[in-house]
Amino acid sequence: METQQSESLKAWPGTVCIVAAMCLVTGGPALAGGAQDALDPAGYQAAQILALWNLTLVVCCAVFAMVLAALVVAIWRGRSKRAASAATERKVGRWVGGAAVLSALLLTGLIGADVATDRALSRLPESDALHITMTGQQWWWESRYAPSSEGPAFSTAGELHVPVGRTVVVTLLSADVIHTFWVPNLHGKKDMLPGRPTTITLRADEPGRFRGQCAEFCGTEHALMAFGVVADMPDDYLRWRHAQQAPAPVPTSPDALRGQAIFMNSACAGCHTVRGTDATGTIGPDLTHLASRPHIAAGSAPNTAENLERWVRNPGVIKPGAAMPGSALSASDLADLVAYLRGLT
Amino acid sequence: MTPAGLPHLKDGPGAPAAVLAALRDTWSDPPGLYGWLAAINHKTIAIRFVVMTLVFFLLGGFIALLMRLQLATPNANWVNPRLYNQLFTMHGTTMMFLFAVPVMQAIAGWLVPLMIGTRSVAFPRMNAFAFWVFTFGGVFLFVGFFAGAGPDTGWFSYPPLASSNYSPGKGVDVWAQMITFTELAALLEAVILITTILKLRAPGMTLARMPLFVWATLVTQFMVMFAMPAVMLGSTGLILDRLVGTHFYNPAHGGDVLLWQHLFWFFGHPEVYLIFIPPLGFISTIVSTFSGRPVFGYRAMVLSLIATAFLAFGLWVHHMFATNLPEVGKSFFTAASLAIAVPSAIQIFCWIATLGLGRIRLKVPLLFVLAFFFILVLGGLTGIMLGAVPLDLQLHDTYFVVAHLHYVLMGGAVFPLFGAIHYWFPKATGRMLDERLGRWQFWLFFIGFNVTFFPMHVLGLHGMPRRVYTYGADMGWGGLNMLATAGAFCIAASVLVFLWNILASRRHGAAAAADPWGSGTLEWSVSSPPPPHNFDALPVVYSADPLWSAPGSPARVSGLAADAREVLTTSVADALPDGRPLFPSPSIWPLASAFAVSVLFVGSVFDPWAVVWFALPVVIAVIGWFWPKSGETERALALEKKP
Repeated sequence: METQQSESLKAWPGTVCIVAAMCLVTGGPALAGGAQDALDPAGYQAAQILALWNLTLVVCCAVFAMVLAALVVAIWRGRSKRAASAATERKVGRWVGGAAVLSALLLTGLIGADVATDRALSRLPESDALHITMTGQQWWWESRYAPSSEGPAFSTAGELHVPVGRTVVVTLLSADVIHTFWVPNLHGKKDMLPGRPTTITLRADEPGRFRGQCAEFCGTEHALMAFGVVADMPDDYLRWRHAQQAPAPVPTSPDALRGQAIFMNSACAGCHTVRGTDATGTIGPDLTHLASRPHIAAGSAPNTAENLERWVRNPGVIKPGAAMPGSALSASDLADLVAYLRGLT
Repeated sequence: MTPAGLPHLKDGPGAPAAVLAALRDTWSDPPGLYGWLAAINHKTIAIRFVVMTLVFFLLGGFIALLMRLQLATPNANWVNPRLYNQLFTMHGTTMMFLFAVPVMQAIAGWLVPLMIGTRSVAFPRMNAFAFWVFTFGGVFLFVGFFAGAGPDTGWFSYPPLASSNYSPGKGVDVWAQMITFTELAALLEAVILITTILKLRAPGMTLARMPLFVWATLVTQFMVMFAMPAVMLGSTGLILDRLVGTHFYNPAHGGDVLLWQHLFWFFGHPEVYLIFIPPLGFISTIVSTFSGRPVFGYRAMVLSLIATAFLAFGLWVHHMFATNLPEVGKSFFTAASLAIAVPSAIQIFCWIATLGLGRIRLKVPLLFVLAFFFILVLGGLTGIMLGAVPLDLQLHDTYFVVAHLHYVLMGGAVFPLFGAIHYWFPKATGRMLDERLGRWQFWLFFIGFNVTFFPMHVLGLHGMPRRVYTYGADMGWGGLNMLATAGAFCIAASVLVFLWNILASRRHGAAAAADPWGSGTLEWSVSSPPPPHNFDALPVVYSADPLWSAPGSPARVSGLAADAREVLTTSVADALPDGRPLFPSPSIWPLASAFAVSVLFVGSVFDPWAVVWFALPVVIAVIGWFWPKSGETERALALEKKP
C-alpha cells in the first residue's frame, strides 16, 4: 500500500509533462503563426494584448508552481509521523498570512497592468482614420466603406481591406441576431448588437492576410461565418479601393452576356446588387466585384467556378442553413451564369 | 391520562428497545408502492435526488462524447449543424441546471441533518415536492429533445436568436420552462436547507462549531435565494416574448438584447459559485479527516466562504466585456473578478497547511481532493486571465473559455464530488467502495480530463471559437481536437469504472463500520446506513469536531416523542433548545401537487391559457396537502401539554 501511494504521487508531474509535450508535438508546428491567431499579432492592439498575456502567463505559471511546491512539501511533511507543536502552528499561520498578502499584491499588480493595457487599446489618433461600417447577418458580413477624400462609398461582402499603419474605426451593426466581430491577429472581440451600434478601433502594423470569424453563437451556420482581412501597404490599399468603388465591368464574351441576362431576369437580382446594372437587391451580398474575392459564402469555400456552380445550384450543399434558395437552372444556363459571375472582377 | 394512540414513548440515552423500534417505525416511509410515492424521509428523497442528477450527468456526458466525435477531425459529418447546436445546448443546460447545481443541494439534503444532529430536514413534504418538480422538469427537457423539440440556442439562450423570429418551434419554450422547473426546485431547496441549518442544529452546535460543509451549504443557499430570481425573471420575460408577444428583449419595440444578458449573468456567474462552494465543504471535510486534524484556520475559512459569496455577485459583467461598456465599469468588474481569487487562495493555503500539519492517509477521497488542487488552481489562474478585459477580448467565446470552465467546474466540483461519493458512500449504503477500482477511476479521470481540456487552452489562443460544429482542415486545429476527443473517451472509461464500482460494491462491498475513516463529524456517530430516525437520541455538541473530543455532559438529548415525528428546534446563533414542533407524516400530496404544477408549466408552452385552466388542479392538490387533520392537531396539543 505504501509504495502504491508514493507511486501515485510521483506520477503527478509526469502526467503534466506528458500532456504539455503532446500539446506541443501535435499542435505546436501546425498552429504556429496562423491567419486567425491571437498569438501572432500583426496589429497594434493585438500586440498590446499579447504583451499583457505574456506578463500574466509568467505570473500565473510562477504562482502555480509555488502552490504545487507548497502542496508537495505539505504532503511530504504530512506523511512523516511527527505531531505538530503549537509553535509550528503559529509559524504555519504566518506563512498562510504571508501567502495571502502576496496573492493580493500580485493581483493588484495585475489589475494595474490590465487597466493600463485596456486604456492603451482605445488611445489611437483618429484624425485621419478610415471609417468602415460592418453589418453582421445570418451568416455573412457586409462591409461598407464610408466616403472620404479617397473616393465615394461602396460596399463589399465577406472581406475587409485596411491600410497598414492607419487607424481604422469599424462601426458594428447587426441585421438580425447578435454576432461578434473578431480578427485575432489585429484585435480582440466586439459584439454586433441589434439596436445598439458599437465601434472597434484597430490598426494593422504589418501587411498580410488574416481571417476573422464570428465569435458569438448566431444560429445554424455560426461555424461558417468568417471573413478575410487584408492589410495592404497604403498604395495597394488605394488601388484596391479604386477598383472596388468602380461599377461592375461589362461582360464581353457571349456566355457571360447570356449569364448576365439570366442574372437580371431571375431571382438573383431581387436580392443582390451589381453596381452599374439593374440589380439592386439588398438582401444578399453586393456582388459588384465578386470575382476579386478569394472566398464565397462567408469564407465557406474558395471562390472557384466549380464552387460557384455548386453554390448557385444548392447553397445547402456548402452551407446547410444558408438563406439563399437553390435554383433549377439548366446546366448550360448555370455555366453561363457562372461565367458572368467570374467576370465581375 | 394519556388517550390511546397519543404519544407516550420518549427517546433518550439508553432507551429501551421498544422506544428504538417506535422511533424507527415513526420515521420510516410507508411500505409498498404507495409508500414509495408518498415518501418524505430526507434520506430517501435525497438519494433519489442524487441518483436523478447522476443520470442527467451521464446523459450530458454522453452528449459531450457525440460532440467530441464530430470535432475530432476537420469537416466531419457525424452530426449536422442543427443537431450539433442542440447537442451543445443540451450538454450545457443538463450539466448546469440538471446536474451541477441540484446535485449539491441533493447531497446537502442527505448530509446536513446527519451532520447537525437532527432527524429530518425542515419542511420534509416540500422537500419531496421540490424533488418531483425537478425530476419532471428534467424529464420534460429530454422528452422535448427526443421528440424533436430540442433547444438549439445555447445554454445561455441569448435573444434575439432565442426569440420566436429566429428560433421558431418549441425548443426554446421547452428550455425556458425547464428553467422555471429547476429554479423553483432550487429555491425551495434553499428555503429548506437554510431553515434546517439555522433551526434544527443539535443543542450546543453554535454557528462557530458548525462543520465547514454546513457553512458552505448555508452560504450557497443564501446565494441561491438571490441569484435564482434573476434568471427566473429573465426566462419568464423570454417566454412571454415568445408566447404572448411582449417585447422585453426586442430592440425593434424598445426592448433591449443586453437586458437578458445582465439578468442571465447576474444569475450565471454566482451559479459557478453555487456549484463550487459546496465542494469546498467536501474538501474541508475530506482534508480534515485524512489529515486527522481540524482544518487549519476555521475562522478564515468561514469568512472566505462568505466573502466569496458577496464578491460573486459583483462580477457578472466579465461575461459581457465584448459588449459596449464604459471603461470605468470594465475596470470595476476586472478588479472584482481578480479580488475573488483572494478568498479562494486563502482557503487553498489553509488546506495545504492542514495537510502539512496533519498525518496524511492517502485514500481515494483524498486523491480526488489533491487533484482538485492541481486542476482548480490552474482553472483559477486562467480565470484571472479572463477577468482582465484586454485578455478576455481575445479569449472570450473561444476554446480557451471551454478549457477554463471545465477546469473550474470539473476540477472545482466534479473531482471533489467523486471524492465525496467515495467518502460518504459507506455511510449511505453500509458498504465500502472498492479502493483499487477507485484508484483506476481516479487516474483515468485525472489523465483523461487533462488530455481533453488542456489542449483547448491552446486551441483557443490559436483562434478556435466555441460552439462551432466544424472547422476547416487549413485552420490547423485537427491534431489537438483529436487529442481532446481521445481524452474524452478516457473520461468516459473512468465513469464506467465508477458505475461498476458503485453497482458491485453496493452488493458485495466490504461492510462499513459506523466510522470507517476516523472522522470528526456527527454523521459518523450513527450506524452505516443510518436508521430512519438518524439518531437514537439527539447529541449535545461541545466542540467543532464532536467525535474527536471528549463528550460533555449531558451527551444526549432525552424526552422527544418516539412515536410521533417530534423534532427539537434550537436558536439560530447559539443552538439553545427553543421548541419541539411536530413534523408532517408521509403523504402523496407533494407528488400530486408537483404533477399538477408540471402540467401547468408544460401546458403553458403550448397555450398561454393553460396557466389559467391548469391552475385549478394545482389549487386542489395544494388544498389536499394542507387540509387540517384533527388527529394531528390533537396529537400536537397533547405533546405540548405533556412534555
